Amino acid sequence: MSDLATLTLAGARDALRRKKISSRELTTSFIKEVEGARGLNAFVTETPELALDMATRADARLSRGEAGILEGVPLGIKDLFCTKGVKTTAGSKILGNFVPTYESTVTRQMFDAGAVMLGKLNMDEFAMGSSNETSAWGPVISPWRRKGSNTPLVPGGSSGGSAAAVSARLCLGATGTDTGGSIRQPAAVAGITGIKPTYGRCSRWGIVAFASSLDQAGPMAHTVRDCAIMLQAMSGHDPKDSTSAPIAVPDFEAAIGKGVKGMRVGIPKEYRLDGMPSEIEALWAQGIAWMKDAGAEVIDVSLPHTKYALPAYYIVAPAEASSNLARYDGVRYGLRVNGDDVIDLYEKSRAAGFGREVQRRILIGTYVLSAGYYDAYYLRAQKIRTLIARDFEQAFEKCDMLLTPTSPSPAFGIGEKTDDPISMYLNDVFTVTVNLAGLPGISVPAGVNNEGLPLGLQLIGRAFDEATLFRAGQVIEDAAAFKARPDSWWK
Amino acid sequence: MSVDEKTVRKVAKLARLAVPEERLAPMAGELNKILAWVEQLGELDIKNVEPMTSVAKMRLMRRADVVNDGNIADDLMKNAPNAIDNYFTVPKVVE
Amino acid sequence: MTNRTGKLIEGATGKWEVVIGLEVHAQVLSKAKLFSGAATAFGAAPNAQVSLVDAAMPGMLPVINEFCVEQAIRTGLGLNAKINLVSVFDRKNYFYPDLPAGYQISQYKQPIVGEGVVLVDMPNGETIEVGIERLHLEQDAGKSSHDMHPSLSFVDLNRSGIALMEIVSRPDLRSGEEAAAYLKKLRTILRYLGTCDGNMDEGSMRADVNVSVRKPGAEYGTRCEIKNVNSMRFVQIAAEYEARRQIDLIEGGGKVEQETRLFDSRTGETRTMRSKEEAHDYRYFPDPDLLPLEFEQALIDRIKASLPELPDARKQRYVSQFGLSPYDAGVLVSDAETAAYYEEVAKGRDPKIAANWVTGDLFAMLNRLNLSITQSPVSAANLGALIDLIADNTISGRIAKDVFQIMVETRDAPGAIVEARGLRQVTDTSAIEAAIDAVIAANPDKVAEVAAKPKMAGWFVGQVMQKTGGKANPAVVNQLLAKKLNLPG
Repeated sequence: MSDLATLTLAGARDALRRKKISSRELTTSFIKEVEGARGLNAFVTETPELALDMATRADARLSRGEAGILEGVPLGIKDLFCTKGVKTTAGSKILGNFVPTYESTVTRQMFDAGAVMLGKLNMDEFAMGSSNETSAWGPVISPWRRKGSNTPLVPGGSSGGSAAAVSARLCLGATGTDTGGSIRQPAAVAGITGIKPTYGRCSRWGIVAFASSLDQAGPMAHTVRDCAIMLQAMSGHDPKDSTSAPIAVPDFEAAIGKGVKGMRVGIPKEYRLDGMPSEIEALWAQGIAWMKDAGAEVIDVSLPHTKYALPAYYIVAPAEASSNLARYDGVRYGLRVNGDDVIDLYEKSRAAGFGREVQRRILIGTYVLSAGYYDAYYLRAQKIRTLIARDFEQAFEKCDMLLTPTSPSPAFGIGEKTDDPISMYLNDVFTVTVNLAGLPGISVPAGVNNEGLPLGLQLIGRAFDEATLFRAGQVIEDAAAFKARPDSWWK
Repeated sequence: MSVDEKTVRKVAKLARLAVPEERLAPMAGELNKILAWVEQLGELDIKNVEPMTSVAKMRLMRRADVVNDGNIADDLMKNAPNAIDNYFTVPKVVE
Repeated sequence: MTNRTGKLIEGATGKWEVVIGLEVHAQVLSKAKLFSGAATAFGAAPNAQVSLVDAAMPGMLPVINEFCVEQAIRTGLGLNAKINLVSVFDRKNYFYPDLPAGYQISQYKQPIVGEGVVLVDMPNGETIEVGIERLHLEQDAGKSSHDMHPSLSFVDLNRSGIALMEIVSRPDLRSGEEAAAYLKKLRTILRYLGTCDGNMDEGSMRADVNVSVRKPGAEYGTRCEIKNVNSMRFVQIAAEYEARRQIDLIEGGGKVEQETRLFDSRTGETRTMRSKEEAHDYRYFPDPDLLPLEFEQALIDRIKASLPELPDARKQRYVSQFGLSPYDAGVLVSDAETAAYYEEVAKGRDPKIAANWVTGDLFAMLNRLNLSITQSPVSAANLGALIDLIADNTISGRIAKDVFQIMVETRDAPGAIVEARGLRQVTDTSAIEAAIDAVIAANPDKVAEVAAKPKMAGWFVGQVMQKTGGKANPAVVNQLLAKKLNLPG
């Protein structure tokens, strides 16, 4: 039996192929881990029977030498991905009993590649949040604690269940989705790796929509290589998604190990925020040094419209969400609260089904699209998006990738920021620009602060150049030699 | 631009969200904070900037005129809160 | 726009002009829906033709049906309109039980088709030019039934997502009659193009009628929109009722409120919608699930090259090539099937005679039996053969009318009928001469009269025809009579 405390997805894959372990054994071990970690509230639905069934079939394929990319590997799936026959709630009461009759393209591809699903992972309601505190099923507790403290911390969000599950070693990898930073920010604060691929790389079909022009699925796992393997299975053109890119998927894993010698790494000066914690500042400086040591040329670049990204995002994303969430009306599926007439039914069902943050964003989104305000808000924000995308294009004329911190702060305590939406929104300040421009971004764990909490560095690449991010991400991973692990206090 | 209780009521109506009277004022406050914060976008001169239509720089994908879907009424009704005879139902609508 | 003063309506305070514009929703003829692969056929079991996309299940995404795009371009070309190489799909957001996503994918600021024009022939010979403002593609909604349960409405999404073309006219129509004629012409064009079947009974064409009234020369008045009128006759009745209502309202000291009204086909009246809607605020924005729709000029050129001859061009050809009156030509081209029938009859024959038969006896018969031309008991080939029998003097025009009636009843070929019933025309001069002689001998007084009044000759013709059972060749009769009665030839 491999040691689950150090096992990586790549390691498990290799052990499975070499028949050193069976998927059933591995899956059984992880099912135990999942059951033992319910205190973290990372899983909202556990599917042990399904997992064992999938593992059995994986073992059969492995024995026939028909292994797919993820054959026999136990994973967790964010509850935003529709999974056929398995309850999919998007972290919301309004979908509390929703059982899809269909499989999202990304999970179907992963299962076709042999992946084993341990269950569905908790998340911020409809992916709206940065701390997993907006979930209708209660917050996820981070496996990490401040040195010498029992204060429960957030795992980041919205893919908080995914981050916590991977970091607590309840699965070898998890899917996430990233609309404004929802893969990278939780990956950073939970000490794992996560990549938001280029918009259009992974199909959005069957993933409950938050903001269509920004949403992208991606992997969260222990290592850069693990993410490369997972993304390989998740990617590819889907004729059911009009925004899915008809572009070939390169061999991501093959990019790893090529180093960054001779590559140019841009450092955007606008990411140096006033009042940024010195530990973040130091981490960034360390990252720059690592890149230089690895033979990269580090240059200063400017992304002048960076400061407008977050406010623009908080117009575009709620606007799209207000429309995307109109389908939850209590008629065809989901929570229904009966009313005197159909309007009453809608209003009551939606008020009872959506949580406070979701309602807030629906109202903001409805307001900014309403008559007389469209030009001032939505149109203006989309123009600013053009400027932000142009900033990146100009920067990428001078460099191959950008290096920034992932998150402006480490994990914070549950309840610390819930009363102030804007301070919560600021968690995405370094990640959201990437979504607005549709680019790929990876977060790699790079160190811990003086309280022992993980911090991440972010690499941003050109559109469809995830390969460079895996190459460079591996350089950071090697240099950082991040070995910190949360104490298993929940067991 | 700032919103008052009346505006929140109107917007909530548009969004089909029942907001209790006592929540209108606090909600107006929350929305105003966010709106005040996004107000900084007004600093930029964007007169000659084209709005982004999509970050996906590709041609709109097309499908052929082929019937390859449907006949799944049973599946569609599986999650329906009050389906009758393969119809979805709502309280009677008066036109 | 010309001021068509003849259309003015008399009110208590003088004459009023009614101003009408139509928004026509025409269902695109396609096998699958606009953004899904579910079928579009009419009359399926509830929710049978619904995909996950049409039911707006979580995570579902639209992918556009390329044929529907081509149909819209084809229609635009048929309306002499500008085709836009770039157009954008927007979401029109509102809640309604038969709108599953809570928004309709439509085109708002950048439609696929821009300005065009439709020419409409009125029965009085006048041709009016109706401006087309735009044509855009959008999804149809589902259907709610309110009469299947005491307290519930039932929702069927079979229509949900079917492609519609919304064709918006300028307010160029000045009477209910013009509005109905425009709708008819539009339907003719769409059917020629094969882009919409025009079956108003099945809802594949519906019109929203915008009506306002004003004193001639004044600014446009406040308009009311009458929703979902589903026949040409109803368009006319609704527009006329609404114009009168508005005039009476204004003259009674009231004010027209801009509103959406419903038409009650049983009473012929319009009424305010009972469900008092709040002011519409559709919050249009470009659908982020779709990119702008872009295509090359080459696509337009290819579609243009494949267009059939359209009614206006065909009418022109009938006038110039066949020498038909504009009115007859207009009637014959009013639908593609009639035109095809006519052309088969006219082929190799006198086109004017063919036109007279089709617009005369044939139409009267079809009207009487309430049949469409495709259901005609007299085939085009048989009608042609009948005309041939007249032309080669086998039968007279008068006998031909009788033969036609028999053709309607028996569906037999005219030649067979003529032979079986001995209706062949008598051209044998001796037989006709004998009949003439007998008539002259029996009516000496009339012979005397006709010398003074040559117009009396008609009476003799009638007598001779009667004697020969109508089979005498009228030309021969005339010629011989003139000789026998010494009339000026």
